[in-house]
Amino acid sequence: MKPLVPVSTGARIVLGAGFFVVFVAFWGAATWSGWVPPLFLASPERTLLAGWSLLTEFGFAGDIAITVFRVVGGFLIAAAAGVPLGLMMGAFKPVEAFFEPFISFARYLPASAFIPLLILWAGVGEAQKLSVIFIGSFFQVVIMVALIAGATRMDLVEAAYTLGARSRGILRRVIIPAAAPQVMETLRLVLGWAWTYVIVAELIGATSGIGHMIMDSQRLLDTGQMIFGIVVIGVIGLVTDFLFKALNRRLFPWAVL
Amino acid sequence: MSRKRLAITGVTRSFAGHRGAAPMLALRPIDLMVEPGEFVAILGPSGCGKSTLLRIVAGLDQPTGGTVTLDGVPVTAPGPDRGMVFQSYTLFPWLTVAQNIRFGLAERGVPEAEQQAIAARFIARTGLTGFENHWPRQLSGGMQQRCALARALANDPEILLLDEPFGALDHQTRELMQELLLEIWDADRKTVLFVTHDIDEAIFLANRVVVMSARPGRIKAEVPVSLPYPRDWTMKTTPAFATLKARLMGEIREEVRKAAMA
Repeated sequence: MKPLVPVSTGARIVLGAGFFVVFVAFWGAATWSGWVPPLFLASPERTLLAGWSLLTEFGFAGDIAITVFRVVGGFLIAAAAGVPLGLMMGAFKPVEAFFEPFISFARYLPASAFIPLLILWAGVGEAQKLSVIFIGSFFQVVIMVALIAGATRMDLVEAAYTLGARSRGILRRVIIPAAAPQVMETLRLVLGWAWTYVIVAELIGATSGIGHMIMDSQRLLDTGQMIFGIVVIGVIGLVTDFLFKALNRRLFPWAVL
Repeated sequence: MSRKRLAITGVTRSFAGHRGAAPMLALRPIDLMVEPGEFVAILGPSGCGKSTLLRIVAGLDQPTGGTVTLDGVPVTAPGPDRGMVFQSYTLFPWLTVAQNIRFGLAERGVPEAEQQAIAARFIARTGLTGFENHWPRQLSGGMQQRCALARALANDPEILLLDEPFGALDHQTRELMQELLLEIWDADRKTVLFVTHDIDEAIFLANRVVVMSARPGRIKAEVPVSLPYPRDWTMKTTPAFATLKARLMGEIREEVRKAAMA
């Protein structure tokens, strides 16, 4: 191995899949040998069996669907509100001066700490779940998008001015397209965080969803089901990440992503 | 052919000092008249304020004192009548070559068909045929600067402001670019203000070379270049060229030394 020398695509796939194999092998070794009792950790095959029964007997697909809906819904609302505000803050310094101090304060408020209040305000329905994700994502999106838009290359802005652009043209035809790829990367990250908020929201005061299933399984001490639930979240995360990256490559062929 | 006269009158620029330090004077009063169709090179050591002067003419920077007028109208903000090419690569990376060239036209609401016709003309003139749909990152440095030149020219500006546009290119490419620029200038004789620290480049291109002193910059000498156009590379080997070069080297050496000691 030499520092910073790239690997081929084939080698990358083999190595990436390899660690999953190693991980499952250690998990199997720890459980099959009896080193860790099944009460604390189910073996790989028991986890898969638990997953199969969840899906076929207990309608777990519905839980997955409702959780995906909450994550995507809350995330989209946060993005739809946060991206425009962030762009305006990045582009126009008075707007930034007005919002930035409050948003810097608000983004340190832990979304999970709002759950009891939100239950009081919005009940235990979908509005409350979406609100938790919104609070967790919105302020992060705003701050990061403002930072990206504010870091637009000044020489590109100046070139646009000398070509006759005015404020509106600078925003629409320079700042927004220049920021777009990084904004999408930010959204990809924030979607990942939204998954942690949804599970927390579902652990408290929920009657459906992956988080609720994990909570139920704890009462039954069914570690197989709990682990299966966690693995499902990981797989969904992996797939959305992959889709997001593919979308970005398609949307921004000019950028080196 | 440009018709407007550029007048720089008593322009000074100082930058505010940090933490109560005295303000830094970048330009001492500059007076310069540029006639329509002239090709003026501004030659000076790095840090002498020549780029600052060009940015003030472009409207990207404001003078501390004095005025810049174009046909008597004061310049206060950047505008499409003063096209600029920068030393850094400033093509919009998200636009293709053709879209970059059309940027200013689209901003002014020129009809689509006309935009395409104008872009096609400048693509041909800058030798970018076949690269219309390439992204800037797929182009060499020389091609990027040719595209930036085409983008500025597509707006049909009164004046072309060139801020060391070939400074980042290798020597051979730079010489080819100089010839291309002269060809384009010869065709429609737009007023050009060309900032450089390369003596050969200044003589080869301009019909007047303005030498600036080390910081704070002022105009130290104005040297007319009476070599006939069209010029090509063989001109750089003529005795007349060598004489001019010797004179300008004498002027500039002293300033470079001052700048290096400062």
